[in-house]
Amino acid sequence: MNCRQATRMLSDALEDTLPFKSRAALKLHIVMCASCRNFGQQMGVLRQLTHDYAKTTDGEAQSLVEKSKE
Amino acid sequence: MHSMRAPNPEHPKDPVSSNIESPLDDAHFIKTLRAQMLSFAHLQLSDETLAEDVVQEALMGALNNVGSFRRQAALKTWVFAILKNKLADVLRQRKRASDADRLLKSHESAENFDMLFDDRGHWLKEQRPTAWSHPVESLKNEQFWRVFDTCLSELPAPQARIFMMREFLELNSEEICDAATISMSNLHVILYRARIRLRECLDIRWFNAGEPPQ
Repeated sequence: MNCRQATRMLSDALEDTLPFKSRAALKLHIVMCASCRNFGQQMGVLRQLTHDYAKTTDGEAQSLVEKSKE
Repeated sequence: MHSMRAPNPEHPKDPVSSNIESPLDDAHFIKTLRAQMLSFAHLQLSDETLAEDVVQEALMGALNNVGSFRRQAALKTWVFAILKNKLADVLRQRKRASDADRLLKSHESAENFDMLFDDRGHWLKEQRPTAWSHPVESLKNEQFWRVFDTCLSELPAPQARIFMMREFLELNSEEICDAATISMSNLHVILYRARIRLRECLDIRWFNAGEPPQ
C-alpha cells in the first residue's frame, strides 16, 4: 500500500467500515508512516470542525439550539 | 491585532463595539448574516428563489425569538442551526437529476494530485502532513472560520456542496446519493477530493501559517 491509497482509505473509513483485509493493511501502513498518521488524525479534526461550522462556543446560543432539538 | 488600526472614518459605526441593544437593530450585521446564509443556501440548492425562501424562514424564526438574543454570535449560531435543519429537509425531499452531469464532469476532469504524491504514490517530501497543534482551539477563533470559508470557496462548487451535505448538514451517504443522484463510489471519490484539498488549504493558511492571530 502506498500513501495515495492509504489517504483514500482513511477518507473512505469515515463513510463505511473498511473490509477486514483493507483495515489490516491500512493499520500496518499507518504504523510505519507518520505522514499518513497525521493525515488520518486531521481527517477526524476536519470532520469535527466542520460539524461546528457557524457555531460559536456561546452558551446562550448552544442552550437554545439544544432546546430546539427536543 | 485590529485594535492597533485607526478607526475607519468611513464606517463610524463599528458593529462590534457600538452599543446595540439587540443584534437585529444592526442593519449591517443582519445584511452580512443574510448574505452568508444566502450564499450557503444557494450552494446547497442551486435555486435562488428557494434559497431566499429558506433563508427568510430561518431569519423569521430568529425574529420570533428576538428577546433571547443579546449577542450577535448567539443569533448567528441560532439562525444557522435553523437554516441547517431546513436545508436538510429540503434536500431529503427532492432529487436533482441535473446535478449528476455536473458532478461527473468534475469527477472526470484531471485533478492533479501528482502535486502531492510521487510516481510511486508516496507523499512528496514538502507535502508530507505534519501534526496540527491545538486544532480544536481554532473553533473559537472567528479568523479561523474566515479561512475555512475561503478554503471551502476554493473547492469546485459541487465538491463543496457534497462535503457540506455530509459533514455539516449531516445527511447520510444514501441520502446524499439520492439527493444528488450520484453513485456511492462517486460520492466517496468526491468526498476524498474535497477532504484532501481542504486539509491542504487549512494546513497552509492556518495550522502551519505561524501563530494564529488572537
